Amino acid sequence: MEDQLLTTVDWARAQFALTAMYHWIFVPLTLGLSFLIAFFESIYVKTGNEEWKKLTKFWMTLFGINFAIGVATGIILEFQFGTNWSNYSWMVGDIFGAPLAIEGIFAFFIEATFFAVMFFGWHRVSKGFHLFSTWMVAVGSNLSAVWILVANGWMQFPIGMNFNPDTARFEMQNFWEVALSPVAVHKFTHTTSSSFLLASLFVVGISALFLLQERHQKMAKRSMVVAAVFGFIASIFVAFTGDEAAFSVAQRQPMKLAAMEGLYVGQEKAPIIAMGIINSSKKPGDDLPAFYQEVKIPGLLSLLANRDPNSFVPGINDLVFGNAERNIVGAEQRMVTGKIALAELARYKYAKDKGDDTESAAALSIFDQHKGDLGYGYLNNPAEAAPPVATTFYSFHIMVVLGTLFPVIFLLVLYFAYKGTLEYQRWLNLACFFSIFLGYVASQAGWVVAEVGRQPWAIQGLLPVGVATTNIAASNVQTTFFMFLTLFTALLIAEIRIMMKQIKIGPEA
Amino acid sequence: MTTLPKRLYFFYRDGFRSMVLGKTLWKIIAIKLFIMFAVLKLFFFPNHLASNFNTEQERAGHVLENITRPAPDR
Repeated sequence: MEDQLLTTVDWARAQFALTAMYHWIFVPLTLGLSFLIAFFESIYVKTGNEEWKKLTKFWMTLFGINFAIGVATGIILEFQFGTNWSNYSWMVGDIFGAPLAIEGIFAFFIEATFFAVMFFGWHRVSKGFHLFSTWMVAVGSNLSAVWILVANGWMQFPIGMNFNPDTARFEMQNFWEVALSPVAVHKFTHTTSSSFLLASLFVVGISALFLLQERHQKMAKRSMVVAAVFGFIASIFVAFTGDEAAFSVAQRQPMKLAAMEGLYVGQEKAPIIAMGIINSSKKPGDDLPAFYQEVKIPGLLSLLANRDPNSFVPGINDLVFGNAERNIVGAEQRMVTGKIALAELARYKYAKDKGDDTESAAALSIFDQHKGDLGYGYLNNPAEAAPPVATTFYSFHIMVVLGTLFPVIFLLVLYFAYKGTLEYQRWLNLACFFSIFLGYVASQAGWVVAEVGRQPWAIQGLLPVGVATTNIAASNVQTTFFMFLTLFTALLIAEIRIMMKQIKIGPEA
Repeated sequence: MTTLPKRLYFFYRDGFRSMVLGKTLWKIIAIKLFIMFAVLKLFFFPNHLASNFNTEQERAGHVLENITRPAPDR
């Protein structure tokens, strides 16, 4: 039974990851490209130059392809909630059900009205109204990402709610605490700004391809300059929001931060690992070295985590086994509290079913005292509280390295555009083109850090992923996993083929 | 006022009619939505709690039982 369910959990996880990662191929380009199109069209409206209009329409076509292929791919995630994650979806339904539905309706109306004007309205509405519609698509698309990111932020830092043992639901107590949670705000700002960066890389990369092919050079250079300026500003913002997000992780999910840096033993003046090869045999509490090879920058992790280069940053061992000297309660101790909470919750249910009010009140009172560690009661071993370190570490470092490379590329584009020699920089144009793929790698790696780094939790500290799942046969999830794999791969191939065809045609279409 | 719905109708009708690439994209969207809602959702993604329990109380009881079951059975 346990093995069977473990397999179900693994397949459900894999299916969710697969769907979310495919979905995230389409979304960031929509979020970022919508703004770039709005910039292009604004220049057209301001200058009246028809070449800017042609350029706008070209990028709008690619935007339309990406949007059409990607639209509704996220709904599949919601299917999975009801089937594979029924415990989870029941428990959080009170918090997310209504806002996500409102978001869906809002997005539909934005799309049905302003998208239509954007694509059909070139000769039917005034220039001003068309531009307004394009901006509304950009703003609306980005706003439609708010609630799903608030939901994700809440899972990483559950606040503004109370667990109701009668309904088995987390019920919202304070809407604003949930909506404006610092984790949710960082998630939204970091996610959207990284999407702007990715879309800028896309425009720069496709334009660089035109330069390499010596086609549509004027349009390509204009697009590159606007995208490089936007991309550079977005890069700075990504770095700033990333730093804020890391600070937030240090305060609220210290285990994730420790995994991001492969830090097992907490220390003062904790270093950041600039480069390193993780020892994958290493387990919490053993004496093996954490790295085979590493290059450290002393004090930088302490600075990142606490804004003080001399401060103490807890490691995985401290968070698993506790550290009395530093007043850190480890997972080992929290498991004891969690198991009391769990036992009292069971006793409460039993007493309620029997109609024993005295017994149920007593159980509830003890449960309330221990419910903060409820999730730890499900763990069998304190080391289970640590996420997969190697995946989290490498994803984080890939994201950071690429995130550092992109602004350099944007600056080089702007420098050679200023010098008037952009079309002659073959190496740079090649780098720009390949940076499209690197942009996607960085974007996906960011989500891997966020989601793998918070394991084992579906809801931080309260509900492990294994308890969030439905008790169904693994074979059911396996079947749909491969169906999704086929469907999404077909969609991705369709997107790439149609886009390549349009790029080949160019702005003359 | 009566011309507004008419104008909107013609706006969308002419817009759809003049599509070139858009027609292919709409076909992809239609096929995708059909697969998602008429195949996947209908046959492979039942809502576990909605289809197995009749009342909110029963669903709550089931979830509560799931989350309070001893670890080895979970």
